[in-house]
Amino acid sequence: MDWLFLFEVSLAGLGRGGLYALTGVAFVLIYKATRVINLAIGEMLMVGAYLFIGFGAGMALPLWLAVILALLGGALLGFVLERTAIRPLLGENPISVFMVTIGLSSVLVGLVEIIWTANPRSLPDLLPRDPIFIGDAFVAPKTFWSFVIAAGVIAVFLLLFRFWRGGVALRATASDQGAAYAMGINVPAVYSLAWALAGLLAAGAGILLGAISGASSSMGVFGLTVLVVVIVGGLDSVLGALLAGVLIGWVESVAGVYLGGEYEQLFTFSILLVVLLVRPWGLFGTREIERL
Amino acid sequence: MTADRHILEVSNIEVVYNHTVQVLRGLSLQVPEGGIVALLGSNGAGKSTTLKAVSNVLFLENGDLTAGAIRFDGAPVAGRPPHHLVRDGLCHVMEGRRVFEDLTVEENLIAAGYAASGGDDGGGSGFELVYEYFPRLFERRRAQAGYLSGGEQQMLAIGRALLGRPRLMLLDEPSLGLSPVLVEDIFTIIARINREQGVAMLLVEQNANVALALASYGYIMESGRVVIDGTPDKLMADDDVREFYLGAAGAGGARSYREVKHYKRRKRWLS
Ligand SMILES: Nc1ncnc2c1ncn2[C@@H]1O[C@H](COP(=O)(O)OP(=O)(O)O)[C@@H](O)[C@H]1O
Ligand SMILES: [Mg+2]
Repeated sequence: MDWLFLFEVSLAGLGRGGLYALTGVAFVLIYKATRVINLAIGEMLMVGAYLFIGFGAGMALPLWLAVILALLGGALLGFVLERTAIRPLLGENPISVFMVTIGLSSVLVGLVEIIWTANPRSLPDLLPRDPIFIGDAFVAPKTFWSFVIAAGVIAVFLLLFRFWRGGVALRATASDQGAAYAMGINVPAVYSLAWALAGLLAAGAGILLGAISGASSSMGVFGLTVLVVVIVGGLDSVLGALLAGVLIGWVESVAGVYLGGEYEQLFTFSILLVVLLVRPWGLFGTREIERL
Repeated sequence: MTADRHILEVSNIEVVYNHTVQVLRGLSLQVPEGGIVALLGSNGAGKSTTLKAVSNVLFLENGDLTAGAIRFDGAPVAGRPPHHLVRDGLCHVMEGRRVFEDLTVEENLIAAGYAASGGDDGGGSGFELVYEYFPRLFERRRAQAGYLSGGEQQMLAIGRALLGRPRLMLLDEPSLGLSPVLVEDIFTIIARINREQGVAMLLVEQNANVALALASYGYIMESGRVVIDGTPDKLMADDDVREFYLGAAGAGGARSYREVKHYKRRKRWLS
């Protein structure tokens, strides 16, 4: 066994896991605050990547500005989706809301294909390209930097939820919505906030993912693995999303390299199956959550 | 009562859940500015529903106010979202305490302060007041609220409401599940808050003894309407009230015998 190679493969897996974790946090944020299972998270991510292409390549803006605008665009998208498609369904059967998010994902794919066509695109070069070595192990620079950035963004968000008062209000609402209303928390505003922040995180993940492997109108399938991640971690657990994201990224990478690409999914879904059988509420989730 | 200004006026309200179950049937009550009013009644009478109607959170349970009017501080409550009412000084401490269990004590207060101020109070103001009334909360401020004792959670629920500098507090069964000693402690503090902060209170209780000891006026409701109201003296002098709500204190005799009679009297009284 070549340990150095395994180590390199593992690092690559962690890189991918960082993006799962980042998108998983976006998913969990929406779920915790609004109890919506948002299957459009992968497409929100895709829109982020295309917005970056639009601002950075299409309009040829400076890349830092393109990143900021794409992130804000992602936040706006989250906000608008919640207000127009999700809010009117408040109090409806969760399954209908879930179905609506599936519909939204098709709409987003359609919009992207209308504006940018269905052809795959590459993103303007964003991440540094100097090779990175950790000890003797080589890490692809894009993977390394996307992991570092994802980890940094996640850290900032965790601090925000801990110390910013709006973040505390968001957690309060997630914990008991009725009490939040009675205590004067503007709950609908919290919903908007959660969706906007999740849109921003997903757009960030989309830019990073696009920087690594390019953008295409089918990159939203990334969201399926994210769904596996959050089910394994627990739909309402940020910590679960982080750990399961990294774990599944690692397993995929190792299985893909040693057994062949077609085994990636097999392992991911086996983990999903085992977790569903043994701990259906996820590794870190709250027990009484209903499953679909 | 009539001479005082009323901070809360509930007139003839009817509430229906799920468009089918009528729970309140023409209920009226008033709370004078700065006063304590007790709303008593057995389980299922509609006490919590009354408070939810006042704080405008019925929609959360698919409940509708189908008739009547509620005025807080002279203005109708209808159409005002709950967080506006809180900012205008109406705080609802819900049944079962409902603390944010995943948050620490202090974070519960932070969320409450943020909510009550609409986010612009600078943070942390008013905590001293809460900790002054509930020193125990200060000791436990870093503890997760879910791990507090029932009494501490009730303190937190009241403290949270206090942060909004309310003019009217709706308290839903603060004595629920607490030991008699704790009940006495909590009610002593409730009385102090009322006296020192001038907060009017609508106090819902099944424990009529403690509630009437504090209140200046009381309503007793059954099946969605008020069946008798008056000063605590009047209520405590009433045979039915003594028997049904004040426990063995009023009526003597063996328990089993009383229960038979209880059922008959109750039926007569309700019809
Ligand atoms: N969300 C709801 N949907 C349907 N019925 C309800 C709901 N909440 C309360 N009720 C019914 O309304 C009646 C009064 O309930 P409630 O106001 O909680 O009474 P109390 O607080 O006096 O015990 C009860 O019969 C209860 O079953
Ligand atoms: Mg009740």
